[in-house]
Amino acid sequence: MKILVCISKTPDTTAKIAFKNNNTQFEDAGVQWIINPYDEWYALVKAIELKEKDPSIVLHLITVGGADCDAIIRKALALGGDEAFRVDVESDDSYVIASQIAAFANKGNYDLIFTGKETIDYNGSAIGGMIAALLDLPYLSLSTQFEWNGTEAKVTREIEGGEEVDLVRLPAVISCQKGMAEQRIPNMRGIMAARTKPLKVITPIAVNALTHIVTYELPPAKAGVKLVPADDVAGLVKLLHEEAKVI
Amino acid sequence: MSVLIFIDHSDGHLKKASFEVASFGATLAKQMNTKANALVLGNVFDDLTQLGNYGINKIYQIQSDNFNHVDVKMFTSLIVQVVKQVDASVVLFSHSQTGKALAPGVAVKLNAGLVTGVCDLPKTNEGFIVKKTVFSGKAFAWVSVTSPIKVLTLNPNSFSVQIINENASVEPITVPIPNASVQVAATNKVTGEVPLSEADIVVSGGRGLKGPENWGIIEDLAHALHAATACSRPVADAHWRPHHEHVGQTGVQIAPNLYIAIGISGAIQHLAGVNRSKTIVVINKDPEAPFFKAADYGIVGDAFEVVPKLTAAIKEMQSK
Ligand SMILES: Cc1cc2nc3c(=O)[nH]c(=O)nc-3n(C[C@H](O)[C@H](O)[C@H](O)COP(=O)(O)OP(=O)(O)OC[C@H]3O[C@@H](n4cnc5c(N)ncnc54)[C@H](O)[C@@H]3O)c2cc1C
Ligand SMILES: Nc1ncnc2c1ncn2[C@@H]1O[C@H](COP(=O)(O)O)[C@@H](O)[C@H]1O
Repeated sequence: MKILVCISKTPDTTAKIAFKNNNTQFEDAGVQWIINPYDEWYALVKAIELKEKDPSIVLHLITVGGADCDAIIRKALALGGDEAFRVDVESDDSYVIASQIAAFANKGNYDLIFTGKETIDYNGSAIGGMIAALLDLPYLSLSTQFEWNGTEAKVTREIEGGEEVDLVRLPAVISCQKGMAEQRIPNMRGIMAARTKPLKVITPIAVNALTHIVTYELPPAKAGVKLVPADDVAGLVKLLHEEAKVI
Repeated sequence: MSVLIFIDHSDGHLKKASFEVASFGATLAKQMNTKANALVLGNVFDDLTQLGNYGINKIYQIQSDNFNHVDVKMFTSLIVQVVKQVDASVVLFSHSQTGKALAPGVAVKLNAGLVTGVCDLPKTNEGFIVKKTVFSGKAFAWVSVTSPIKVLTLNPNSFSVQIINENASVEPITVPIPNASVQVAATNKVTGEVPLSEADIVVSGGRGLKGPENWGIIEDLAHALHAATACSRPVADAHWRPHHEHVGQTGVQIAPNLYIAIGISGAIQHLAGVNRSKTIVVINKDPEAPFFKAADYGIVGDAFEVVPKLTAAIKEMQSK
């Protein structure tokens, strides 16, 4: 079995969100970059667990981005995986990114493609569904559990108002979220091993972007909190009813 | 050219988010001098013509018992065929579990640009530029869509429904129905609760509540307000509350009218998921808790004393 895990790079969750060049670019000065939590904690660790059970599994990681993604993909390799690939193109259009991954996956005959549920910077929730459509594969979105018995996969996924358990034949694309696996910390052996694992740079295919970001905007600042004394809950109720008009 | 709105339903009933996206689509259609039509897949008990109140013109419906589950590949194919048949140029979904599953594939198959998590009407006088939330609600991006067809998903609770009376008619439409791509083995629906993403009011508890046995005060307050309940990440991680209640950057992102945070410190990752709430109330015993900086109203005090009193005061107001 061959598994491809999609890895993206995002600013650390505590990074200050600010923009530069007339609000057209994210201000990355001083920002720490991390593996997108959904990709690291759930997609990657789940794939590693599958490989631990069945060492014949080939586990590949892919990222689409510039050379500044290399540190992130090495960090992912330190957790696990045999080989990594970086498609050398930067884009803010989901279709361009998904097309690169689909083109790569198409040649690799992967049985499973894992993505995170969404990137915590762009919040697209899009790449997994796009890859599935590009490759004409079933798409299991927002998955929380995955079991594989050798012929069929059993996938639990979040749906409107609850969850659904689906049986699916591979190949398939699975977007992963909480429940899939537990976060792991890379150990020294993994970090050393990652240094020598292959990281191949792939030339992108030609795709036209269908969207692009024009500008960014920050939400207006809050006016400041109105404190109500703890012994005057009625005062708070009044404010919520008469001033804020929310109850 | 027209706007086509995918109308989601659950167990045969239309959802609040579907009315929002219908109204958003109708307003957008007016702005673009065209009509808004809806697409309903499956059987619905509710009267579909009520969508006319939200500005919908025609409702295309494909009835089948096979559509009880959203099979992504099957639904994508059906939606794409309908879009082509009715010549829609904008396709709208709610940014719900269903919308997130369907919109990306529909966009690919139509060679359409996709913008998810839309939170305002697009600018259409020059090009097509859409506002979406990024950085888990900490910022917005304006995205230009350059393809002839556009696919958008609308954030729940981000557009106030506008009543535009149209006479809506239901029209059956036929397209070839593909095979299912997955076999559904089981579904577990949480019944009776207000779904978090659609709730107008959310009452949320953090580690300050000390343990799951103390959640009664949160539930009582939520009950009095017809609110949904939520929690911070450590609370879900410790299994005090179910995972689907975890809000924040790595949990559910919500934008209710009122968010009441009880015993939650207000870490940046928590704020990311809730800071689009219209009004935020914080109850915390520590006056230095960072949440107060993001709050509109606050009480510095012990949750175990304040919350039951608050619930009582709300009930008293309601009884008047
Ligand atoms: C990558 C990453 C992603 C994360 N994503 C999320 C996320 O999505 N959502 C999330 O919530 N967190 C997330 N976190 C965790 C986050 O950083 C905080 O640790 C977490 O939000 C703290 O939860 P808390 O406020 O419930 O607990 P604490 O920080 O322990 O705060 C408890 C609060 O309760 C107050 N308190 C105590 N007793 C009482 C009382 N009797 N009455 C009133 N108040 C009382 C205290 O003053 C304190 O402010 C993430 C962290 C990381 C590193
Ligand atoms: N540049 C990228 N390279 C590789 N995978 C990506 C990239 N961007 C997004 N993904 C994957 O797609 C998932 C969903 O991303 P998004 O649709 O942008 O929210 C992420 O969790 C990743 O697994």
